[in-house]
Amino acid sequence: MAGMTTVIEAEGLTKRFGATQALAGVDLHADSGRVLALLGPNGAGKTTIVRILATLLKPDAGRARVCGYDVVADATVVRQLLALTGQYASVDEQLTGTENLIMICRLLGFGRPVSRARAREMLERFELTDASARAVRTYSGGMRRRLDLAASLLGEPEVLFLDEPTTGLDPRGRGQMWDTVRGVVAGGATVLLTTQYLDEADELADQIAVIDHGLVVAYGTPAELKGRTGSQTLAVRATDAAHAPQVAAVVAGVVGVPPDVAENGLVTVAVSDPAMVPAVVRRLDDAGIVAAELSLRLPSLDEVFLTLTGHRAEEDGLECEGTAA
Amino acid sequence: MTTLSDSIEGRLPARAAAGTAGGPPRVLRRRIGVRQTLANGLTLAWRNVTQLKHSPEKLMDVTLMPIVFLVLFLYVFGGAVAGSTHAYLELLLPGLVGLIAMFSTVSLGTALCEDIHRGVFDRFRSLPIARSAPLIGAVLGDTVRFCVAMAVLTGFGSALGFRFHTGPLSILAAYGLAYVFYLAVCWISVLIGLIAPSPETVQGISFIGVMPLTFGSSVLLSKTHTMPGWLQAWVSVNPVTHLANSVRALTIGGPLGSNALITLAWAAGIVIVVFPLAMRMYRRRA
Repeated sequence: MAGMTTVIEAEGLTKRFGATQALAGVDLHADSGRVLALLGPNGAGKTTIVRILATLLKPDAGRARVCGYDVVADATVVRQLLALTGQYASVDEQLTGTENLIMICRLLGFGRPVSRARAREMLERFELTDASARAVRTYSGGMRRRLDLAASLLGEPEVLFLDEPTTGLDPRGRGQMWDTVRGVVAGGATVLLTTQYLDEADELADQIAVIDHGLVVAYGTPAELKGRTGSQTLAVRATDAAHAPQVAAVVAGVVGVPPDVAENGLVTVAVSDPAMVPAVVRRLDDAGIVAAELSLRLPSLDEVFLTLTGHRAEEDGLECEGTAA
Repeated sequence: MTTLSDSIEGRLPARAAAGTAGGPPRVLRRRIGVRQTLANGLTLAWRNVTQLKHSPEKLMDVTLMPIVFLVLFLYVFGGAVAGSTHAYLELLLPGLVGLIAMFSTVSLGTALCEDIHRGVFDRFRSLPIARSAPLIGAVLGDTVRFCVAMAVLTGFGSALGFRFHTGPLSILAAYGLAYVFYLAVCWISVLIGLIAPSPETVQGISFIGVMPLTFGSSVLLSKTHTMPGWLQAWVSVNPVTHLANSVRALTIGGPLGSNALITLAWAAGIVIVVFPLAMRMYRRRA
């Protein structure tokens, strides 16, 4: 059985693009058959990490191994073990779905009849059979991502890199992508994905590495991270904004921490125990305050960042990291 | 099953469902051989040809260019240069084989410059294929454009009255030579496509190179004694002159001399110098 083999390991990766220090010494590891999520805002360095691990970019310093093979010295071997689905669907827009998959199969060394059969099989699995004979440029965003993922899975990779797999997808598309990733992991592959969404990392990952300014600022299981950030956020707003101080007092009394009070009267606080919600409702009722809004939600990436790094998630505008070299 | 070739020490996580139904077993290799490089190159050439099949309008330039050049040069210069358009056609058409071969290479660099920024090249780079395969594929795929241009040139020229005076083998050799030279020049176009910051600049740079090479040659005239000395010197070292002279000798007769050999030597020289440069640029952009 698989056991706990380390499949991805990186030590002290650094990378500079001109004046921008994209990576400032990144250490990572992922075990076989697990999902590692790199969570962070745009420009944090997530894509640069993926491009280095996928042999598309050489690090300035540090080293990385995939299945024990160095991504620089043994790049050819590493490429036989990985598949990459980039931020922008890496399929040929001018070819049809079938042609795209046949091309990848042929490049992977499959014979013509096998390539045809595998392409057909994959298109069916990803519900693209009806669109198989159409040029990819006519596909919707979700269909492109599915085809892209299908192309990545043709070689049955040991390691699958997914760079922001659900960015720009509608909720249904996201759900489908999540199911597919779970299926791939069930098949035994190791997945490294990047995301800006905490709920996505929470949903899929066994381990989360929070990336900020080219560094891993937090690392752990989703439960561990949530333990540090408060697993959920309670938000309460009274119908009358003037009641905000009383609401804050009630919330502070139940949760035990002073909450944030926004100008519009919205009172928010991180809570670790959902059972606190009914208590807040009861106390507000006792005080005769009517809540216009009362919700319990996962903390946003911004809130996680604030807790973990002490600053808000910024957009550094390093949009084309890795390609702008 | 996932198996390791003996040459590689390492470990792979054991996978319960490893192995590929009907596919080859996973044997890890340290390097990509010449045979696989060529096979990958052909697959990627198939990609380019398939793209043309889906959008045949991309062949418009190579379809119209021979017709426009033939008509323009023939009726503008024909009477003045050779006494009659019929006499000039014999001289012009073999020359245009060289000229059109040169012009047809320009769009390759432009297309590559566009293509390389698309995500699909990221996939090629992350696949276990030779680094050079996408470039080789692009060059080989452009064979279609060469064939279309030559077919239109020859077909339309024949309709205007052009006749071959040599045997089929000589004619084949003429077009074969033009094709070899074309493939070599394609690598220059690839290099420009990799260096240029945008597809538009590729066109600009390419035409600045193509113009003196084509018009400053024996493509339009076989006699160069009326040209000033410096131009005569340029024309006589210009490889396109040797190509045009070779094609003339092989299609309408006359002494071939060392023209064909010089053309081949140029083609080999261009590839030897430009291919490694192009690969370096490609790696750097990766």
